[in-house]
Amino acid sequence: MRILVIDDSRAIRGILRRMLTEIGAEVAEAEHGGKALEVCAASAPFDLALVDWNMPEVDGLTFVRTVRANPRYAGMKLMMVTTETEVHQVETALAAGANEYLMKPFGKDEVLGKLQLLGLG
Amino acid sequence: MTLAVSDFEHICRVVREESGIVLEAGKEYLVEARLAPVLRERNLASYAELAAELRTKPRGPLTVAVVEAMTTNETTFFRDVTPFEVLRTKVLPELFAARPNGPLTLWSAACSSGQEAYSVAMMLRENFDDASRARVEIIGTDIDAKVLARAREGRYSQIEVNRGLPAAYLLRYFAKDGMHWVLREDVRRQVEFRAMNFVGEWRGAPFADVILLRNVLIYFDQPTRQRIVSRMERQLNRGGYLMLGSTESLQDVDTRFDRVELGRGVVYRLPG
Ligand SMILES: C[S@@+](CC[C@H](N)C(=O)[O-])C[C@H]1O[C@@H](n2cnc3c(N)ncnc32)[C@H](O)[C@@H]1O
Repeated sequence: MRILVIDDSRAIRGILRRMLTEIGAEVAEAEHGGKALEVCAASAPFDLALVDWNMPEVDGLTFVRTVRANPRYAGMKLMMVTTETEVHQVETALAAGANEYLMKPFGKDEVLGKLQLLGLG
Repeated sequence: MTLAVSDFEHICRVVREESGIVLEAGKEYLVEARLAPVLRERNLASYAELAAELRTKPRGPLTVAVVEAMTTNETTFFRDVTPFEVLRTKVLPELFAARPNGPLTLWSAACSSGQEAYSVAMMLRENFDDASRARVEIIGTDIDAKVLARAREGRYSQIEVNRGLPAAYLLRYFAKDGMHWVLREDVRRQVEFRAMNFVGEWRGAPFADVILLRNVLIYFDQPTRQRIVSRMERQLNRGGYLMLGSTESLQDVDTRFDRVELGRGVVYRLPG
């Protein structure tokens, strides 16, 4: 399973990388949506991207919209992982094409639970 | 503050008598951690004082508080996912067909703060028509009045809704209230919560078509598990199903249940 972790916080990327490699996933990182699009274009398809919302340059919502507009990435699942927790924000992200939504702070159980919901557990 | 051996043993005895929960030697740290808040709430100076009050007032409110503190209430929405898939794709369709008009009762036994029962209520709304859904009565029971009160409120923290609940369901079935999320009234209304102790009188125990008895037998010794499972046989309507937690089985109990593999899950069926 290949997972792309997109977050401008290196600490969060590290935490997610550790949780995901522990369950055998292959993890790549990007520090914002723009970098993430470059990584996606340059490498084998990802099964899932974990997407922070607020990031410099290209934010998470823009990343989700861009990915969903490109049929090449149709097989990639997207999960927001963010401190944004208002109803309208969850709505906006799902309407834009995110498959799941995880609110920060989170622990390993929450991440693994969401992977299970995405059929990637 | 330390816990003397004789006090630890007395507390364990009380908890076991009242709830069946077995606390083995070596669990002193757990008892200390769980009872520290009870000491504070009740202005008790030490574990010795707490144990003394348990001895002088064996059926008092302190006993209830101690038992509630010693229950492990950990749960999540759609815990383990598979059992809810099995319910949706196999068990419920079969029971709906077998009882074309009658009501169906699903019992979340040891329901904790309600996530298991409400997961079923949401799953019904997502997958079955209104008429079928309305035929299902969901009952949740637990020994712990504190978690039952929370279950009835249907009010969950951000951490709780992060665990196992699909985001789409969060939007459809919950309203945000400050830092909490509150389950919609009509979903709440489908579930009735009652206090019931597996080692007590079983007053209020429903007769059910499906019993979820998940992640609770692990706390009891074998004779207690045997008694509970035998009693569950009598609470289940013919052809009904018992479902256990993903790490549990009926291996060491005598029972009439047939072990049936359905899809990716295991259920126990009472012969019809
Ligand atoms: C770990 S929770 C399981 C919750 C849920 N069934 C699940 O699988 O997620 C165990 C629950 O069993 C309850 N319990 C423990 N002893 C009990 C007893 N003697 N009678 C009824 N409930 C009991 C506890 O209060 C606790 O809420």
